[in-house]
Amino acid sequence: MADNKTAHDAPLLEVSNLRVAFPTRTGMAEAVRGVSFSLGREKLGIVGESGSGKSMTGRSILRLVPPPGRVSADRLAFNGEDLLAASPRRLREIRGRRIAMVMQDPKYSLNPVMTVGRQIAEAYRVHSKAGAAEAKRRALEMLAAVRIRDPERVYDRYPHEVSGGMGQRIMIAMMLIPDPDLLIADEPTSALDVTVQMQVLAILDDLCSQRGMGMIFVSHDLNLVASFCDRILIMYAGRVVESCRASELHAAQHPYTRGLLASLPRIDEPPGDLPVLSRDPVWLTAGREA
Amino acid sequence: MMIDIRDLQVRFGRGVDAVTAVDGVTLSVREGESFGLVGESGSGKSTVLRAVSGLNDEWTGRIAVAGAEQGPVRQTGFYKLCQMVFQDPYGSLHPRHTVDRILAEPIAIHGLGDADARIDRVLRDVGLGPAFRFRYPHQLSGGQRQRVAIARALVLEPRVLLLDEPTSALDVSVQAEILNLLRRLRAEHGLTLVLVTHNLAVVANLCDRLAVMNRGRLVEEMSVEELRRGAARQPYTLQLLRASQGYDRATAESFRDYA
Repeated sequence: MADNKTAHDAPLLEVSNLRVAFPTRTGMAEAVRGVSFSLGREKLGIVGESGSGKSMTGRSILRLVPPPGRVSADRLAFNGEDLLAASPRRLREIRGRRIAMVMQDPKYSLNPVMTVGRQIAEAYRVHSKAGAAEAKRRALEMLAAVRIRDPERVYDRYPHEVSGGMGQRIMIAMMLIPDPDLLIADEPTSALDVTVQMQVLAILDDLCSQRGMGMIFVSHDLNLVASFCDRILIMYAGRVVESCRASELHAAQHPYTRGLLASLPRIDEPPGDLPVLSRDPVWLTAGREA
Repeated sequence: MMIDIRDLQVRFGRGVDAVTAVDGVTLSVREGESFGLVGESGSGKSTVLRAVSGLNDEWTGRIAVAGAEQGPVRQTGFYKLCQMVFQDPYGSLHPRHTVDRILAEPIAIHGLGDADARIDRVLRDVGLGPAFRFRYPHQLSGGQRQRVAIARALVLEPRVLLLDEPTSALDVSVQAEILNLLRRLRAEHGLTLVLVTHNLAVVANLCDRLAVMNRGRLVEEMSVEELRRGAARQPYTLQLLRASQGYDRATAESFRDYA
């Protein structure tokens, strides 16, 4: 949090020694093993390969880890409030209203038998005392804010009638309509074409800067995160192995990060064998504070 | 020419619901060449590949592979010549067949015999080794599964390998391994590769030449050398190039739809 505008604020989110474990036949398997970071009103990227625990880290903040998974932490606080001690009722108030989450695939996250407009309006009404007409007006505004050209027409469509890129914009509209303080986006653009991906990111970027929202952006795409976020955590086997400013990712120190960067093919390089990552067992234990 | 496609047209549906997925595509791939077919979803790139492979029989135009004109339905011998690898190794391998059985099936279909030695050889070829022979797909990682899928294609010793997004379901470190493997196999076996992908960097790494598709039409053909220099001629290709260089607020603003 080197940003001037965030330095004097209290952190939006504090995470200390977060652990997520699942019981297996051979004992507890830890998916997240002692992750610590704090987040201001900034865009924080969490990068890692499959199984690194990046998605579980995002989900555990909202206490969305399915049973029998267990979440523990020395501290998990949002605006100073302890999320681990929060009652289910209190959590329902926080989820959606204060902390929102956008998942990867709009196909599975939208209700298929309800028009998209009604779903967005519902998200607003659940968290406010607004009436139906007011909710519809807000939903239409929100559809316009995520740059859907003809909000009135899209409002009455069902999820199967819209494209993937539009579906993801609808998801974002739904998540942002209660005006949350923190958005957790788990691979929000991975299912989209590159050009649509850039357009959706531009919308998230604008909404973050206009509303002063904090954002956790979970992704496997190093280059994308480096160009989009302010700060990056690199996760490996449930731990944060490195954290850096996004603009300084190319100067990363950890051999895992360096190995990942090297293994990416590049358009401007001649064809040839790519360096293959050899994994050092030391990485499993040598974690770092972020 | 190993693959010669003239005026390929693929339509799905009938009447008002008809969609032209591929609209008059003409391209050819030389023997031993590695050719990339690039585009966004719905561009028709996979449909071209499926028409060539014989998985899609509703097309018009002309497709010739290794000099032989192909009809909608292929003879068994065609598949000895031309094999395909799919995107998702979690979906393309039979979950209740061992690696051994997965690899034995094409050998049996083509009546090649000598299955034991062939399976052993092809497993070594894709860098897995005999230890993997009697495992089930669920006992393998994503990268190992994709190696099995490549082994299944290679076990018939084909001359053409059609690859449909072979690395996009994999982590980047595993993607690097599979790209290296494909490069080595191509050199060792003199394979002709046709690679369908949305990832320009993958094409730059593995291919000699590429074609860009948009909405069923071929937008532009170029060499990978030209791609590397950014020497695209069509605005659509240039936009695709810019989009693959990471996020930039101003660039995102400039994007438009190309019909």
